[in-house]
Amino acid sequence: MRIIRLIAVGLAFHVKSLTLSIFFLLTSVFMPLLVATVAYYMFKAGGKPGTLFYASLGASVYGIWSSTLFGSGGAIQWQRWQGTLEVLVSAPAPFVLVVLPLTLATSAIGVYSLVSTLLWGRLVFGIPFTIEHSLAFVVAVPATILGLGLLGLLFASTFVLYRHANALSNMLEWPVLLVTGMLVPLSLLPGWSHPIAWVLAPTWGVRAIREAALGGTPWPDVGITVALGAAYLALGVVCLRYFESAARKRATLSLT
Amino acid sequence: MGHNSVRVFFVGGVTSFRALFNWLSPWIYIPSLLVAPIFQILLFAYIGRAAHVESDEFYVIGNAFQYTAIPCIFAMSSTIEGERWMQTLSSILVSPARRVPLFLGRALPVLVNGALTCVFSLVVGGAILGIHVPARAFAPLVLVVLVTAASCTGLGLLLAGIGFLVRETATLNNIAFGVLLVFCGVNVRLSNLPGEMETMAKGMPLTHGIEAARQLADGASLGHVGGLVLAEAAIGAIYATVGYAFIRVLEHQSRVHATLERA
Repeated sequence: MRIIRLIAVGLAFHVKSLTLSIFFLLTSVFMPLLVATVAYYMFKAGGKPGTLFYASLGASVYGIWSSTLFGSGGAIQWQRWQGTLEVLVSAPAPFVLVVLPLTLATSAIGVYSLVSTLLWGRLVFGIPFTIEHSLAFVVAVPATILGLGLLGLLFASTFVLYRHANALSNMLEWPVLLVTGMLVPLSLLPGWSHPIAWVLAPTWGVRAIREAALGGTPWPDVGITVALGAAYLALGVVCLRYFESAARKRATLSLT
Repeated sequence: MGHNSVRVFFVGGVTSFRALFNWLSPWIYIPSLLVAPIFQILLFAYIGRAAHVESDEFYVIGNAFQYTAIPCIFAMSSTIEGERWMQTLSSILVSPARRVPLFLGRALPVLVNGALTCVFSLVVGGAILGIHVPARAFAPLVLVVLVTAASCTGLGLLLAGIGFLVRETATLNNIAFGVLLVFCGVNVRLSNLPGEMETMAKGMPLTHGIEAARQLADGASLGHVGGLVLAEAAIGAIYATVGYAFIRVLEHQSRVHATLERA
């Protein structure tokens, strides 16, 4: 019960806090809109207007990914800059339960992007918004947010030892957007990239959302997204414990 | 320009770049300025393939040039925001150094770095996607890269001036980067954009430089794209002039109102 309360309070706090950050709102709303706009014009120029809703759904998941990535990259770094990292590490609660609500909050903020990107497509480009399987869509969205938030936890755990996590998160934005098929069908990518896509929750999350919206079988994809999330959580706990211990031993926890 | 101004221009510029621009750490430089642009190129080239529009060469050139905006814009805005963060802004502005070499000297290493980022992206992105550019286009392309980097640095100078007014310069820089991505014909031909966007694009850095580079890669001579190169240089000069004037005005205002360290 205390664990649930800790996560719930932390989640609410970080969602409120991130919502007040102009930088974060920009990351989660504005940049995905721009990428979506470019993609819309590209698909229109290619004479494939029927794929606009496909691109719109992919761009909206990109928004969730983008905010998760910057959030997990910053999760440790921001605490370092503010001088609160040592306090959080030394708190009685396990450190993973302190970081988890933050990474979940960063992916939850991605809902802003989902809504704004779909609205942008509808209002500016006239892209029809029709959902084939409403229930599956309503389940697929939070499942994707959960999967990405837990992937963010795994990233954040490895960033404890890496002082320039922001640079790494900047670097990862486009590759994951490419390899997970958010805007490009996986079949177009080289075969060697497919196993990378399979272990990344955004691949299955965007598939689940698309299958629910466009018609198909979203439930297996929802299941894989959640299962991958559970695997990230287990790995994240182990990594966080190891890297936290290493940072204490080397006295590098607060080095910026 | 006296000896001291020359010293401020070169030594001050390099020192500022090294001190403020911590991207020079390989842990930041490599992922941010060497790896990220390659993946931006690949992403849009594959979206182009999925949409059945344009060639790989179109996306390699567009995105390699557009990524020049990252080092140019972010580094120039650091000249104000970074100094304020380090609490050295007032010390610099109280110095008797002439302002033209002081600020433009800081632009020179930024421009060179932006050009290097672009050339690296063109070479590596082009090699990965297997595009062919005629050898005689290499030298003119380098010239266009330098002019375009200078143009982006001009925009960076303007954004640096805005740094006197706003605290969230990172947000501002990201907005500028995104606007350039959409408007400047990076991934979508100007003719495929609405007329208003096309008109606005013609007043932005990058637009003419990208077009010139594409024509050179397709075999055009430097003389043939001379008008585009001159237009790019003129736009950069206008942004730099306005940016410099803006910095001077706001520097004065911040002294009058004691707001130098406030933002």
